[in-house]
Amino acid sequence: MGEALTDKKKRLRRSMLFLNAQKPSLIRDAYLYGPDSLMFDLEDAVAENQKDSARFSLYNALRNIDYGRSEKIVRINGLDTPHWREDVRCAVAAGCDSIRLPKTETARDISILEEEVFKAEKEFGIEEGTVLLMAAIESARGVINCMEICTASDRLFGIALSGGDYTKDLQTTLSPTGVELMGARQHMIIAARAAKVQCFDTVYTNVNDLDGFRHETEMIKQMGFDGKSLINPRQIPIVHGVFTPTDKEIEFAKKVVREIEEKSAQGIGVFTVDGKMIDIAFYDGARRTLEMARASGKLR
Amino acid sequence: MKLLKPAAAGTLESSDCFVSIEPSENGIEIDLKSDVIRQFGDRIREVIGETLETLGIENCTISVTDKGALDCTIRARVESAAFRSAEIKEEIPWEKL
Repeated sequence: MGEALTDKKKRLRRSMLFLNAQKPSLIRDAYLYGPDSLMFDLEDAVAENQKDSARFSLYNALRNIDYGRSEKIVRINGLDTPHWREDVRCAVAAGCDSIRLPKTETARDISILEEEVFKAEKEFGIEEGTVLLMAAIESARGVINCMEICTASDRLFGIALSGGDYTKDLQTTLSPTGVELMGARQHMIIAARAAKVQCFDTVYTNVNDLDGFRHETEMIKQMGFDGKSLINPRQIPIVHGVFTPTDKEIEFAKKVVREIEEKSAQGIGVFTVDGKMIDIAFYDGARRTLEMARASGKLR
Repeated sequence: MKLLKPAAAGTLESSDCFVSIEPSENGIEIDLKSDVIRQFGDRIREVIGETLETLGIENCTISVTDKGALDCTIRARVESAAFRSAEIKEEIPWEKL
């Protein structure tokens, strides 16, 4: 895997804002709120008889609107629909950064998608490997198969829980505590970390309950998630706030990075920073803290 | 592109436009309605004309009701209506649009 691809896969994705690709008012303005990623939806948000029209809307938006620093991800229709192949052709031709596959259940699902993305890159003269993939996990089978899904393709940068469909598959419903999602969340984050890909939490559907949203975001950050899918721009500053390191964390991370770089040059592997034992294992985490501090504007 | 039947796309929501198109034999006839026709009427007609030209459509009657759509939205709705009229659903020549 090339360094550029690795960097693209690891970029900061605290906030992924869903927007209906068929709605001009949304695709025009959503990036103004500064989400790390925009998720242009061709799937559930688009009525069955508007799938074709949504593609033309998506294509023209991606070709003509400058979305600034926001990543452009397209959620295509599932492999069990007649729409997904044309969705892939459209998204790749339009210049999307990534494609999200809904209802992913096996590594084979990712392989099938990857083959189609490769064909589209070739057809439209785009360098092979440009378009990344992510997998939405929406069923018990998908959760069980997370590890094989995470390692199915070099293009895959992460997996995301889709809580609504997942709870239907579990024969339960979403609750304020989210207890029904805990098993999937724990399993997914462990699989993602083992495979060295990112992991994203499901949407919080009550857009008026911002305290509940903040609480859930704090919980999933503590669990290790990289970010959260969002359905309303009002949720963006809350996620970014939760994922912004404190001044104390930033100062400690600076010291850890500096000390590890200095000590390793001197051949010293283990030492202490502010009374805590530190070794090379802390390096990536500290750099990640600094990266999040820069993204939030707390560090230049 | 050969238009086969009357077709439409878009909505009357803010920032969108509603486009209906049908085959004809009398060149391009554009019927435009817009709240901003005085300021942007010429530009909207230009976008519609360019889009039809790109699609290789030389004869049609097209009606556009604009609700403050961006150029890219007008193009998208004209393309969508035209491909529906031509009954082309797959293998869209995206690179030519």
